[in-house]
Amino acid sequence: MYIHRHSLVHELPGHIKLVAFFAFIIIAVLTPIQQWQSFVGYFLIIFLALALSKLPPLTLAKRATIEFPFIIFAILMPFTAGGEMFDIGPLNLSREGSIAGLNLITKATLGVFCSMILAGSTTAHSLLAGFVRIKTPSLFVQIAAFMIRYLNVINDQMARMKVARESRGFQAQGIRSWPIFTSTLGALFIRSYERGERVHLAMLSRGYAGTLSSLSVENVQPKHWRVGLIFPFLAALSFLIGRVFFS
Amino acid sequence: MPKPSVRVSALHYAYPDGNKALNGVDLTIAKGERVALLGPNGAGKTTLVMHLNGILSPTSGSIDIGEFALDEKNKEVTKKVREKVGIVFQDPDDQLFMPTVYEDVAFGPTNMGLADEEIERRSTRALEMVGMIELKDRAPHHLSFGQRRRVAVATVLAMEAEILILDEPSSNLDPASRRELSEILLALDVTILMVTHDLPFAFEICERSLILNQGAIVADEATVTILRNSQLLAANRLELPKGFVI
Repeated sequence: MYIHRHSLVHELPGHIKLVAFFAFIIIAVLTPIQQWQSFVGYFLIIFLALALSKLPPLTLAKRATIEFPFIIFAILMPFTAGGEMFDIGPLNLSREGSIAGLNLITKATLGVFCSMILAGSTTAHSLLAGFVRIKTPSLFVQIAAFMIRYLNVINDQMARMKVARESRGFQAQGIRSWPIFTSTLGALFIRSYERGERVHLAMLSRGYAGTLSSLSVENVQPKHWRVGLIFPFLAALSFLIGRVFFS
Repeated sequence: MPKPSVRVSALHYAYPDGNKALNGVDLTIAKGERVALLGPNGAGKTTLVMHLNGILSPTSGSIDIGEFALDEKNKEVTKKVREKVGIVFQDPDDQLFMPTVYEDVAFGPTNMGLADEEIERRSTRALEMVGMIELKDRAPHHLSFGQRRRVAVATVLAMEAEILILDEPSSNLDPASRRELSEILLALDVTILMVTHDLPFAFEICERSLILNQGAIVADEATVTILRNSQLLAANRLELPKGFVI
């Protein structure tokens, strides 16, 4: 997911980015959708972050398509919800449903954009170190670290098994090849399970007692905090301005 | 006379399913000795190795590592023994699990509770010894197999273990990587126990060899003597490469 660039956003340490990210999301999610002026502000902040990060917008837009299932769900809401109804052209819509759908789309889009910028500008390692710094329970960080490390190993293993299958003349053809796939998956599961045990033994051999404390820490300058906290600060400002208009 | 590095007596071990893996192993390794542990597949070599740092506990028999007698219930001794005995496992992907090479090498020293400067000194030195210091910020899956094997050795060197145990260290290495590994091992001033099928590699590094078969030691002699005894080798499913003469 990481895209290498030299930018202000990239050089921020992982934990500062995480704090800014969560603060921004919480402010955005807690804003009522009727206070729409705030959301204009939130989107402007996202564009500012995007511009500063020098990430390629097209690539991020492609990744953002992950949001589509939610959008479809949100579009259905005005038709399915009950309560007070109103008409737009031939359509008979529920007021509550429309508001809820709009709420979902807006906040989900904000969340997806934020995540794209975070993931695109932060290495997996920096994110893990960040989670350690903000005192995430060690077990979660360890699970994430192992997932990142062994996803590659298991992927390679799967690719090798595929090559081995095809080298012996196997061609996937419809439903009759399913038993082959399931037994491959079964074999992969057993192998991964056994590898898990071997890794654990190797860790015990080097004195593992429950924590991965050798994850290195990144250098932090006061400037980093100032840059990082600007985003949630602007969001809070935008919230207040919206509040004034709203009331 | 100083205590031997490793002393195993009358070691029996059966897996939980009742399968007997070790049937009375006796062996002594003096400090600074380099010993090869030979034997066919399924002889119990890896099972024996797993006993030497308390990962597996014997069904009966005793294991002494230096002045420590291994005891399943004594966690303090087990911890000390794991600092003294470093095992390099066969598959480096099992051994390297941290996001970067450096952090993996620092994993052992950190668990030993050392000060930060000491952790850094040891990790840097270990990586220098195996010639991997330039790649310290790389992720393990971006390295070649030979490089990963070297980092796996470094992870154990960083703990400054007195006894180094290697499980099939030369397997899957290209000839140059294999030679580089032997140079690294020969430069170390530690006790080495090396599990291998690679007889020329054993000959190069270890002055003494043991043959384990069906859970018992069947030969314990100078490597040269063992490798010249073609009947003994054949009886234990071991063979020198064709044309190799000592």
